Order: sequence, then structure tokens, then C-alpha cells
Amino acid sequence: MNKPKLAVIGNGMAGIRAIEELLKIAPDKYDITVFGAEPHPNYNRILLSPVLAGEQTMQDIVLNDWDWYRDNGIKLVTNKKIVNIHRTKRELTAESGETYSYDRLLIATGSNPFILPIPGANLPGVISYRDIADTEAMIDAAKHHKKAVVIGGGLLGLEAANGLKLRGMDVTVVHVMPWLMERQLDERAGKLLQASLEAKGIAFKIQANTEALIAGESGRVAALKFKSGEQIPAELVVMAVGIRPNAALAERSGIAVSARPGGIIVNDTMQTLTDPRIYAVGECVNHRGIAYGLVAPLFEMAKVCANHLAEYGIGRYVGSVTSTKLKVTGVDLFSAGNFQGDEATEDIVLSDPIGGVYKRLVIKDDKLVGACLYGDTVDGSWYFKLLREGKNIAEIRDQLMFGESNIGDVGHEGNTRAAAMKDSDEVCGCNGVCKGAITKAIKEKGLFTLDEVRKHTKASSSCGSCTGLVEQILMFTAGGDYSATPKMKPMCGCTDHTHQDARDAIKASKLLSVPDVMKFLDWRTPNGCATCRPALNYYLLSTWPKECIDDPQSRFINERAHANIQKDGTFSVIPRMWGGETTADELRRIANAVDKYKIPTVKVTGGQRIDLLGVKKEDLPNVWKDIGMPSGHAYAKALRTVKTCVGSEWCRFGTQDSTQMGKDLEQAMWRMYAPHKVKFAVSGCPRNCAEAGIKDVGVIGVDSGWELYVAGNGGIKTEVAQFFVKVKTSEEVLEYTGAFMQLYREEGWYLERTVHYVSRVGLDYVKKRVLEDAENRKALWERLQFSLDGEPDPWFEFDKARVDTRQFIPIKPSAAMADAVPAE
Amino acid sequence: MKIETHMSWRYVCKLEELPVLGARVVERSEDEGGNVAVFRNDKDVVFALLDKCPHKGGPLSQGIVFGERVACPLHNWTIELKSGDAVAPDVGCTRRFSVKVDNGDVFVEL
Ligand SMILES: Cc1cc2nc3c(=O)[nH]c(=O)nc-3n(C[C@H](O)[C@H](O)[C@H](O)COP(=O)(O)OP(=O)(O)OC[C@H]3O[C@@H](n4cnc5c(N)ncnc54)[C@H](O)[C@@H]3O)c2cc1C
Ligand code: HEM
Ligand code: SF4
Ligand code: SF4
Ligand code: FES
Repeated sequence: MNKPKLAVIGNGMAGIRAIEELLKIAPDKYDITVFGAEPHPNYNRILLSPVLAGEQTMQDIVLNDWDWYRDNGIKLVTNKKIVNIHRTKRELTAESGETYSYDRLLIATGSNPFILPIPGANLPGVISYRDIADTEAMIDAAKHHKKAVVIGGGLLGLEAANGLKLRGMDVTVVHVMPWLMERQLDERAGKLLQASLEAKGIAFKIQANTEALIAGESGRVAALKFKSGEQIPAELVVMAVGIRPNAALAERSGIAVSARPGGIIVNDTMQTLTDPRIYAVGECVNHRGIAYGLVAPLFEMAKVCANHLAEYGIGRYVGSVTSTKLKVTGVDLFSAGNFQGDEATEDIVLSDPIGGVYKRLVIKDDKLVGACLYGDTVDGSWYFKLLREGKNIAEIRDQLMFGESNIGDVGHEGNTRAAAMKDSDEVCGCNGVCKGAITKAIKEKGLFTLDEVRKHTKASSSCGSCTGLVEQILMFTAGGDYSATPKMKPMCGCTDHTHQDARDAIKASKLLSVPDVMKFLDWRTPNGCATCRPALNYYLLSTWPKECIDDPQSRFINERAHANIQKDGTFSVIPRMWGGETTADELRRIANAVDKYKIPTVKVTGGQRIDLLGVKKEDLPNVWKDIGMPSGHAYAKALRTVKTCVGSEWCRFGTQDSTQMGKDLEQAMWRMYAPHKVKFAVSGCPRNCAEAGIKDVGVIGVDSGWELYVAGNGGIKTEVAQFFVKVKTSEEVLEYTGAFMQLYREEGWYLERTVHYVSRVGLDYVKKRVLEDAENRKALWERLQFSLDGEPDPWFEFDKARVDTRQFIPIKPSAAMADAVPAE
Repeated sequence: MKIETHMSWRYVCKLEELPVLGARVVERSEDEGGNVAVFRNDKDVVFALLDKCPHKGGPLSQGIVFGERVACPLHNWTIELKSGDAVAPDVGCTRRFSVKVDNGDVFVEL
């Protein structure tokens, strides 16, 4: 066996995560040895606090047990501190004297607690809070002593204080700054936090400077003395005043280390500045001047590092935005981004001191840049998402403070507090996943990110409306937070490119087929997957109509068979009824087909047409032919129905002929493929019987013309369409609707509904392109007409629509005959 | 009714009659064990699986084929064409059948 040797120094969360990521993509590449100074296999350091608080046990928090190392062929050497790296010899020396050679090296030594340089800092009974040994020392001290002092009112210090209090000690927190957690909270929130911890029985000394720790008769620490001269009893002192990247080993071995804030200097591929054979990840590194102290960024580093160790050479770490959550049961607190604000930012503040709720949102240039929540953190993950994605919030600004559940949500509940839910409560309605299943998967499989939870439980993998809830469950179960690099979400696992990257490349380099795009953008897989192929195929179609190669095999079955697949494998047929109007003849043909093909269910759809359900695949072409009506595209990411009311032809309130307008719109735009399904509606007066307020484009007749509304949606989350423009003539209705549609077709990401597209780019932008720029509007409308001109009806023009009719003919196998046996 | 179930090679179709990165259905009655999906990928490798997803029985023949896998059209489980195993984290397996391509003729052992 001649595999190159990969050595890992530091058996902690970042190092082992990098190995896990590496095993996923290149399991056999290296002979791996891990050196750890602690005696334990890798455990979840974050959960030391719940262990201290007695809410979990040490066994609960092991992430990778000994079997994991063995099963993956990894040598784990515990209790082994590495003291030197000899770079030219490529050799490590342990404290105990042995040497080990390596071909590549990964340093993941974490960080060291900072110890205040005061007299008495090294007395027995004075500890820091970093690992299992510290935690055990605290649990033990709580059994024999009464008075505890925690120096440092930050995240770690408060979690330690809370745990010690729960274990029966009298705890005082000594903090030098004017309020608690000053790096994560503003003053108001810091004070509220203090009040609620005081209510739990924890005492505070704020803006207090420690001068010395004083020993008692036994030699153990007995008291703490302040600069003011005051003394308080202290039989256990926990120093939690910050951490420093643990880069001493690297520095001693001649690897470049930053002076401030410390840490091994790495580039975007996680290689050390000094030696490309040596990688570093975790709290011990300094990336672009930042040393991180939370797990989420470390995991992103680990992923990038693994990719380069595997020699795939794809992916760069470009830094992270982080958020903070305090894990003290009963205290709800969340902060992210620039929550303090500065001259260039504006604040929205909600303060309810009696109810114990305080929220501050910091906004800059119509974007959320920071959030600090106290007492009610339900929307923390939603704010964090807005912040990370840099979404334009101008249009939701006045509702922003009231949270995601306030923004047009009637479908699913967004305001159930995840923490208050029972294990049996359903979280994801789409996939029927309850809370217990999610927490179990998080614990057993060691999940940390939303994506991992989606993969393992399917929760929030469909409609996504429960994402916030799942993120919250993740937060308090794994303790971790999750942060993604801003706006870098790749299309799928086949590539690191985003949807926008793919769109841009197709346009700029005139790529005309799915394989061409994959080749051009260095796809990692030979022919993509079921996520990226349909998207790419749509991008080709919408960018280069009539020139690109439409690939039916890259379409979902519904668009390949031109009917909707049902759960039993049969299909449904929904013929087009222009504007929802039909005739006796059409109904007769439908009735005859239902009898002839024994179609089990006939249903009137919500889109004012008729759905024939339970059609066998082999009958589809004949059903289409017998009915003799155009395809309704109810199966496609395309224009579906145009719902209309009866309008001025019959209705006593009608001001406009809405039925005719609907038919005109439908005839102008049917066969129009789009990023997602598209629905229109036209009402003849503001009574709006056609429910135009929840359609992608809703048209409402008024005395003097037509009002257009865009980007509505009746789906999982009802979104009311926004007023777009008022026009006079029906020609204008066509032109404005068409232009809006074409803009969406050209710029929307695959599976992005109009409402999501518009919220991404902002309604103002759409107005600029369609309303204010008349020339552009005409050009868009012309491009749409050009695309649709001559588009085939797939139910009748099989060749032109590239329908593979072989799919409708099942194969009958030959009888078992001796002469049919192939040569061996 | 008892059906004779020993396996034998059956001719199904010509290789060109299978769509590239696609599949066709070989019809068998429920008594015979149900339909079989015959897949062809872009390297002209042919695979055969029972046309029933291990999740909720979705027709795998209707899925999107990529590499040596197919994505079920109903809930997007991914199934290995070679073995019939669901790709992790999903767990399950669908029955596979031996395939031979001889001179452009496709045979499946049914
Ligand atoms: C009590 C507590 C609560 C926390 N809560 C949160 C939280 O809520 N959210 C959050 O995101 N983060 C939290 N953190 C921070 C999080 O745990 C760290 O960011 C993370 O563990 C860092 O991972 P790492 O691999 O860089 O370092 P570590 O996990 O510390 O791993 C480094 C390992 O390297 C070993 N080592 C060091 N030097 C050597 C050497 N020379 N030779 C051999 N081995 C060596 C160490 O013993 C250690 O085991 C918390 C930390 C603590 C202590
Ligand atoms: C994410 C959410 C949705 C999904 C997954 C979904 C799925 C579907 C499916 C599979 C069909 C076809 C049924 C068939 O085979 O006959 C269908 C039809 C239909 N859906 Fe939805 N739908 C969603 C949201 C909506 C919303 C929000 C509305 C209305 C506001 C709606 C209105 C309709 C109508 C009217 C039809 C009949 C289609 C027609 O006449 O063409 N759906 N939907
Ligand atoms: S929307 Fe107005 S015109 Fe149309 S049916 Fe209702 S009341 Fe009549
Ligand atoms: S037709 Fe629509 S609403 Fe009804 S079950 Fe299917 S997806 Fe759900
Ligand atoms: S039946 Fe195949 S994924 Fe559900």
C-alpha cells in the first residue's frame, strides 16, 4: 500500500469535519493519522454547556466514536501532543519523543483560552472553560464547594455561570465592560439579559476590574480581589475572557502566523501561506485577517480544504457571516451581522421591557445588515437569511419587524416556537416529518447544517415553508448555528456554479446544448443530475429560442410525456379551454373519451377546466387525438390557465369584457415555458370574481381601462399580487403582460416563481425595465412573440415538439426460447 | 394460478430502440412480478430494474437518468442502476435483472 500520508494535528471539530468531507469525495486517497492532545475521540465542544447544566451527558456529545475511526481506516493517536513540525524532513515530533512522517499535513489545533495575567491565576481551583477536563473539574467542584466566580460575561462565561448555578453553586459573574456580551448585543439587550439571569439567581459585578486571586489555607483559591479593594469569596474561578488561536506549534515550526488577532495565515484554499503541503482549518487559522470562534465558518473551511486535499481543486473559502445564539435554557437571544449600527445605518427598534422583548434591526441601503433579538428569536433565522443573501427589503420594510409569519402567510404556521413543540408535532407538512424525527437525526447522525437535515429527514426539502422552524430546531439541538457564505449557493452537488453563473455563461458564450454548458463550466459529473439538467435545459430554451437543442431527457417526466404523473404511475390529461369557456361539442368529445378509455375520474380544476385523471400512459396519444383540444400545459413549467369571470357580456356589474381579454392573453402566450408554472386571471370589475389577486399576472377591469397586478401566488404561502400599472386598451394589457413575462423568463432562476423573482430583484427594478423604459418593453414583448411563434402543440406535433412516442408503447418480452439466448 | 418462475434470457428490443439517458417499460403482469424498466445511459450501458421505486413504488422508468443512476419521478429518490440500491441517505433496494447486449440486441434475464 503506497498511499500518501495525511497527518492531522488536532482531533477536534474542524479537523475531523475536514476528514469527513474528504472521505465523502475521495475515501481511498490517503493513509490518515490523527493526533489529539485530549484522551477522547472527537466530541461536540459546543454541547459542553448542556453537559455542565446537566441537560446532556458526555456520551451524548461524542460525534465520532472509536469505531468510526476504525471503520474508516484512520489511525487515531490520543493523548499525543505534537510539539514540532520539521518541514523539510516532513516529520512531526510528539511531546513524548516519537517522530511521524507525512506527505500532507492538516493543522487544526483550535484555540486556547486566554488567562488573565494576574496574581493567583495559576492557583488550584482556577480553570478555563474549553474541554471535557474543564467541564469535569467544574462538575466536581460543584460537589465540594459553594462559591463560584466566573470572570467574563460573554457567551462562554454566561453558559458556565448558568451551568454552575444549576449544579447548586452561588455564582457571581465579573464583567469588565458596561454590559454583558457586548460583542454580540447592544446595551439594551445586554441589560435585559442581565435582568433575566439575575432572576435565575446569578449575581453580577459589572464594570469590575479583577486585581488578584487570593489563596486560602489549603492553598486553593478562596477569594477574588477587585481593583477597588473589595473582595468576594471564590472557591472556584472560571476564566472565560476570550480565546486566542492556538498557533504556537505552527509559529515555532516556521509557519507564518498573524500577530493580531493571531492565527495561522491561510489562503482561500486553506493552505498555509508558508507551505502548500500544509493546510490549516478551524479556530487556529487567520483567513483574510479574521480568526473565527464559531463552528459554522469552520465547517465551510473544512469542506473547501477537503476538496483541495482530494485534488479536485474546486471551491474557495471566501469568509462567513456569523450569528450567535446563547444556549441558556429559557433565555432567548440572537444576534447577527452589524447589530450595533454606525453613521451609515438606520435602526428599526421594538422594545417591550415589561414583556421582556427587545428587537433591533439595522438597515443600510435598503438591506438588512444586522439584527439583535432578545426574548423573541423566532425570526432569527429568517433575518439571518435576509442578511446573508443581501435581499432588498424596501418593500417589506414596514412589516419587517413583525417577522416572516406576518408577511402573507396563511398556509403554514410560522410562529410556533420550535422549542415549545412536542416531539410528535409535525414540522414539515410536505413530507410528514415531526420534530422528534429531526432531533433524533441531528443527534444520531451528527448533523449541523440545514442541507444535511434536508437530506437525512426530507424536512423542509420540498416547499421550504418550514425552513425557519427546522433551522431553529437545528440551533438548539446541535447547538450550532449555520452560516453560509453570502450568495454563493451552487445549483447542486454537480457544480460550484450558481444559477446566475449558468445563465450568464449560456448567454455570453452562446452555449446551445446541455452537454456544452456542462463542458464549458467544468461540471463534476458526466451528465449532471435531476436538479441541474432541467434547469440548464430551461436556460437554453429561454436564452436561445429556435437555436438551442431542447433535450427531452433533461426534462421531468411530466414535460416529457406531456401529462401529469400521478402517484400510481397513471397520468392526468387537462385540455386547454380558452379563458375557461367550452362548448357542447368539446364536452361531448371529452365524455366519449372518458367512456372509451375507461378514465376513472373527471374533475373540474380550480383553473376552470376539466381534468381527466387515471389515464394509462399508452392511451395518452389516443385520448389527445379523440378529444381534439389543445394541450393545457397543466404538467409544465409554462403558462397554465387564464382564469376569467363572465364580465361585461353578461354580468350586471361588468365594466370590461374579461372573458375575451382572458382568451386573448391565453392565445398570445400559451406554450410559453417559464422558470416555473405561470397563471393569469382576468376579472371584469373590482369585485374580482376571478381571484386575480393571487396570480402571476392579475388583470382587473375598471371603467377607464385595466389594472395590472403582478407576482401573486396562491401556493403554500399566499402572496397577494402587487399593483403594477393601469392601462387603457387590451393591446396594452398584452404588451405589458408579455414584457413582464419575458423579463421573468430571461432572468428568473429555474423553479423561482414570479413572486420570488420579483422579491429578489425588487419591484422597482421590474417597473424600471417594463414601465419606464418603453423601448425595452417593446423589445421584451417582441422577443416573447418571436420565441412563441411557431411553437408546436406537443399533443399533436410530436416531431416538432421532440416528443419521443416510443415511450407510449410498452415492450412485450419474447417468450423464453432457446434460440433467443445470447452468446456467452 | 401458479406461474412458472425460473429465469431465462428474453429478447426485448434493439439498443437503438431505447432512448439515450432514458428508459422503456417491459410489460409483465403483476403475477409475473410486474413491469421491468430497461435503461440506457450515454455510454450505451443498459440496465434493468423492477419498475418500482423502493420508496412508494414510483415507476423508475419515468425518471431522469444520469451517470449510472435514475431519479424517481415521484419523490426524487436516487437509485443506482447497477445494483438497484437507493443512494444514501435514503435506504432501500429495488430488484435488478441481468442484461446482455449482443450485436445491438438487448436481452434481459426475466
Ligand atoms: C463551552 C463552549 C461552548 C461553545 N458554544 C458554541 C456555540 O454555541 N456555537 C458555536 O458555533 N461555537 C461554540 N463554541 C466554539 C466551538 O466549540 C469551536 O469553534 C470549535 O470547537 C473549534 O473547532 P476546532 O477544531 O478549531 O478546535 P477544537 O475543537 O478545539 O479542536 C482542537 C483540538 O486540537 C487539540 N490540539 C491542540 N494542539 C494540539 C497539538 N499540538 N497536538 C495535538 N493536538 C492538539 C486540542 O486538544 C483539541 O482537541 C463553544 C466552545 C466552548 C468551549
Ligand atoms: C407548491 C405548490 C403546488 C403544487 C406542488 C401543485 C401541484 C399541482 C399539480 C400536481 C397539479 C396537477 C393535478 C393533476 O395532475 O391534474 C395541480 C393542478 C392545479 N393547481 Fe396546483 N400546485 C401547487 C400550488 C397551487 C396553487 C397555489 C394554486 C392556486 C392558486 C394551484 C391551483 C391549481 C389548479 C387550478 C390546478 C388545475 C390546473 C389546470 O387547470 O391547469 N396550485 N397543481
Ligand atoms: S368580477 Fe365583476 S364583472 Fe366579473 S363576474 Fe365578478 S362582478 Fe361580474
Ligand atoms: S392537487 Fe395540489 S393541493 Fe391537491 S394534493 Fe396535489 S399538490 Fe396538493
Ligand atoms: S416512490 Fe420513488 S421517490 Fe417516492
